[in-house]
Amino acid sequence: MSKNVSIKYALDWTTVFFYVALVFMGWISIYGASYEFDQSSIFDWNQRAGKQFVWILTAFVLGGMLLLVDYKMYNFFAYIIYAAIMLLLIVTIFIAPDIKGSRSWLVLGPISFQPAELAKMATALALSKFMSSYNYKLKNWKDLIPLALIVLLPFVLIVLQKETGSALVFAAFLLMFYREGMNGIILLLTLFAVLLFVIVIRFSIIPIQVDQGTLGIVLSMGLILLVQFVYAFFVTKHRKEASFLLLGTLGLTLISIVLNIWFKVNFDYVALFVVIASCIYWIFVELFNRFKKYWMLVLISIGSVVFCFSSDYLFDKVLEPHQQIRIKVLLNMENDLTGAGYNVNQSKIAIGSGGFWGKGFLNGTQTKLNYVPEQDTDFIFCTVGEEHGFWGSTLVLVVYWLLLMRLLRIAERQRETFNRVYAYCVASILFFHLMINVGMVLGIMPVIGIPLPFFSYGGSSLWGFTIMLFILLRLDASRLERMR
Amino acid sequence: MINDTLQNRRYVIAIIMSVVIVVYILRLFSIQIIETKYKEGAESNAFLRKTQFPPRGLIYDRNHTLLVYNKPAYDITCIMREIHDLDTLSFCRALNIDKKFFINRIAEIKDRKKNLGYSSYTPQVFMTQLDIEDIATIQQSMYKYPGFFIQNRTLRDYAFPNAAHVLGNIGEVSKRRIENDEYYKPGDYAGRDGIEYTYENTLRGVKGVEILLRDAKGRIKGKYKNGEKDILPIAGENLTLTLDIQLQILGEKLMSGKVGSIVAIEPSTGEILAMVSNPAFNPSILVGRQRSKNYIVLLNDPTKPLMNRATQAQYSPGSSFKPIQALVCQQMGGITEKTIFSCNGPESSPVKCTHHHGSPVSLLNAIEQSCNPYFWNAFRTTIEKDGYGVKNNIFRNNYDVWVDNVKSFGLGEKFTDSDIYEQSRGYIPTQKYYNKVYRSETGWRAITIRSNSIGQGEILATPLQLANAMSVIANMGYYITPHLNKSDSMKTKVHRSKVDEKYFPIVVEGMSRVFEFGTARLSKIEGIDMCGKTGTVQNSRGKDHSIFVGFAPRENPKIAIAVVVENAGFGSTYAAPVFSLLVEQYIKGKIERLELQDRVTNIVTNTNVKER
Repeated sequence: MSKNVSIKYALDWTTVFFYVALVFMGWISIYGASYEFDQSSIFDWNQRAGKQFVWILTAFVLGGMLLLVDYKMYNFFAYIIYAAIMLLLIVTIFIAPDIKGSRSWLVLGPISFQPAELAKMATALALSKFMSSYNYKLKNWKDLIPLALIVLLPFVLIVLQKETGSALVFAAFLLMFYREGMNGIILLLTLFAVLLFVIVIRFSIIPIQVDQGTLGIVLSMGLILLVQFVYAFFVTKHRKEASFLLLGTLGLTLISIVLNIWFKVNFDYVALFVVIASCIYWIFVELFNRFKKYWMLVLISIGSVVFCFSSDYLFDKVLEPHQQIRIKVLLNMENDLTGAGYNVNQSKIAIGSGGFWGKGFLNGTQTKLNYVPEQDTDFIFCTVGEEHGFWGSTLVLVVYWLLLMRLLRIAERQRETFNRVYAYCVASILFFHLMINVGMVLGIMPVIGIPLPFFSYGGSSLWGFTIMLFILLRLDASRLERMR
Repeated sequence: MINDTLQNRRYVIAIIMSVVIVVYILRLFSIQIIETKYKEGAESNAFLRKTQFPPRGLIYDRNHTLLVYNKPAYDITCIMREIHDLDTLSFCRALNIDKKFFINRIAEIKDRKKNLGYSSYTPQVFMTQLDIEDIATIQQSMYKYPGFFIQNRTLRDYAFPNAAHVLGNIGEVSKRRIENDEYYKPGDYAGRDGIEYTYENTLRGVKGVEILLRDAKGRIKGKYKNGEKDILPIAGENLTLTLDIQLQILGEKLMSGKVGSIVAIEPSTGEILAMVSNPAFNPSILVGRQRSKNYIVLLNDPTKPLMNRATQAQYSPGSSFKPIQALVCQQMGGITEKTIFSCNGPESSPVKCTHHHGSPVSLLNAIEQSCNPYFWNAFRTTIEKDGYGVKNNIFRNNYDVWVDNVKSFGLGEKFTDSDIYEQSRGYIPTQKYYNKVYRSETGWRAITIRSNSIGQGEILATPLQLANAMSVIANMGYYITPHLNKSDSMKTKVHRSKVDEKYFPIVVEGMSRVFEFGTARLSKIEGIDMCGKTGTVQNSRGKDHSIFVGFAPRENPKIAIAVVVENAGFGSTYAAPVFSLLVEQYIKGKIERLELQDRVTNIVTNTNVKER
């Protein structure tokens, strides 16, 4: 009994308020999105809004129950929960029916459930437990391997379920790792890799001259050289060397252009040659001056070159055709608005037609008439954009932002590493979902089918996020308990 | 375990999260507030604006007999980008067309050169003006052909096969009309000529719009806002014409086998009672799908059945001009009712007389006997009455007055305040014209233009103008613009002639005597005192035109008529009996002289004229 009283005071009601607000707004939007013209009640069990209402109620009950569990249990059972869920994922691969190519749904009578939604929570718990263990250090290779395995296992299992989108979410843990000591360069490198990939793919179709190289390779090599220059000029402040790099690059470029008058110069190879030459130059600089500043730069440059030249191959051979097309649509390389570009175009039309004030609740024509696919699950944000306009969608984004900021605050006030790591996991996952989902709907991210947390229709995702959040709230509430 | 340096990394993480959210809000701002193309995209996505065509106004005759009404018709329209999985073969079978037609038609629709403003988003007319029988099969199975729709339309139908020129017809609007009037969309119908053209805006009504919601698969999901924003079509207004359909039918019957025209006007109101142009056609052949085929046939017919001779053909009025000449000469003081001139019959010079009568002749006799020398002398003394003056200025001045007086009978100009479609101007030669033709102001004298005295030469008039001039004489000095719409507002357009009322009785008496003793005595009707004048007009294309103008009854005239039978011969032989029969029909309400009627009907003057 005394525990219950303490929960009431210790619970972070602000987070609960944002949670309830998002769930409620999501429910209203689902009603709007699946509303047919023959008006039915928002509680109608046969409609999606009615079903979602049941999911919401059960999620509340579930959340309340999680608050009643002793906080130590989560730490204590972390690996067991992880193992159980991984087992469930494996079982799912074999017994799940094929639903639109995906084998991720467990069907139990009228209810289907997606175990992948629980895997995030389980992985977060396992990571927290491992990283909070005594003697753990992120820099140790010995410790890094189990960490990687904890993340990769669910990733691979979910990929095997043909839910690549959900699997990508595990990349979100990079933010948590960063907070826990991972070198910031890895975040920058990730960004750099994405940038290189986009440049190579986007401009690979544009030849500089026929059979003489593509703009994609030349631009990406240029970007690598730019990074080298910026590093030498601003970070290590070796301005002389940096200037030499610049002059050398310009000189070689000029020579190749002049040579092009007589010979057919392949600019891909010229660019490659310049980057390799620069790497050799930096190695000399390093050796002669006994600096220890350029090994990393050279390594990154070479890695980038390999990455660039394999990007095209990766794109064509590793990605599936529908994934290739989604990326091409995003990069404006595919203009077929009735085919591959349809979803995103219709989604932009629905949101764009909302204007500032929106068309009003239940007055959205685009979502109502099914122009937007998946409008109550992955594209739920369209309904908000169309019916409630700019102010409504901004409000939703602001509530998410407030929730994320609140979670960061909660994370930092934890005394135990387990709690803090777990809090960062939750914040990172929510942020990643938000970034990908809203970005996709707005046409600035490729189409990756993951739900908007607390908003999208579906019991699995609502339960998954609710469990994840309420475990955090329970852990957070323990901070007062221990003070007693 | 708290690591202070790492703790600061929460700010980096917070900034990353905040930046992404701010970027998304900016993106929302851009597509929701700055860009407009998404709003347009939503419009064309979700709203199917279905035009509701109003029924066109009905047309009645003066006795409220229905002349023109509507029958249902159907268009097959298509929205190109919504056509998918089409079973072309079954579609063609259901519409009873062959596949080649289908392919050609689709190509035509998509050809932006032929189909201006084509869009794959908007309904295009695939087939037009189908009967209920044509669409009976396909109506049941329309759901099988997504992208194709049935559009309800109305077509004209006619109670009588008559009055085609007056009524006009409707057809698809021309490109030019679409450009000038935004009411029209390609595929709409509009009046093409006649009354249908002049009263287009009254008859057409106002199109309505039904706004339907359409889902992503093109299925109609009901009315937008329960039809709140729909616009109901407003039916076209009905129109009552001044025509007397019985008189019109008789006129057309009498003209069969002949080329020519009849115009009958009620002098007191300017209302046109009948307007016949032969050869003519049955107006119902220019309706529906056979329209274009039949139109080509009519267009290529050498007898020009599409031309409304009553208002468009211009003839020298010949002797039918003499009553007007008599009035103008009196008004100008050239002659009085007592003036006599001598006539030497065929030996007269410079104008011969074609009739045999005593000499000298008075004005009355001259009208009665259509004496050419009398009117030459009258014309000459009128325009020469003050001599010629310096550079003929007095003479030319008098000629100008004469022209003005003649024009005041409604000759030489179109009736611009009338609702009659496609009139010709006719011609009363001006001083300027002669100055030009004879190269100087002194190059011409009365003798030069002597043909004008007897309505030959350069003078041209349409049958409508001649009938109207008879109205002036019947009314003793004024006319009301001839018109077809039986509305009181049309009756206010009164035009006074420049000839005073006092000069009219003598001319009326003369025209009455035409029936008693003169050229039309054989066309007299017992009990009706008629006034008229024959005209036998020489022309360059074969036999003389036979013309008759007049009005009846003499007291309180009810009808003024002009009859022209081209290349028939004497006015008294062909046109006069037609006049007489029309008067009988209109005044007595029926024809008693059936023998005469049959005889006139059976006269064939032009074997090319096709029977309808």
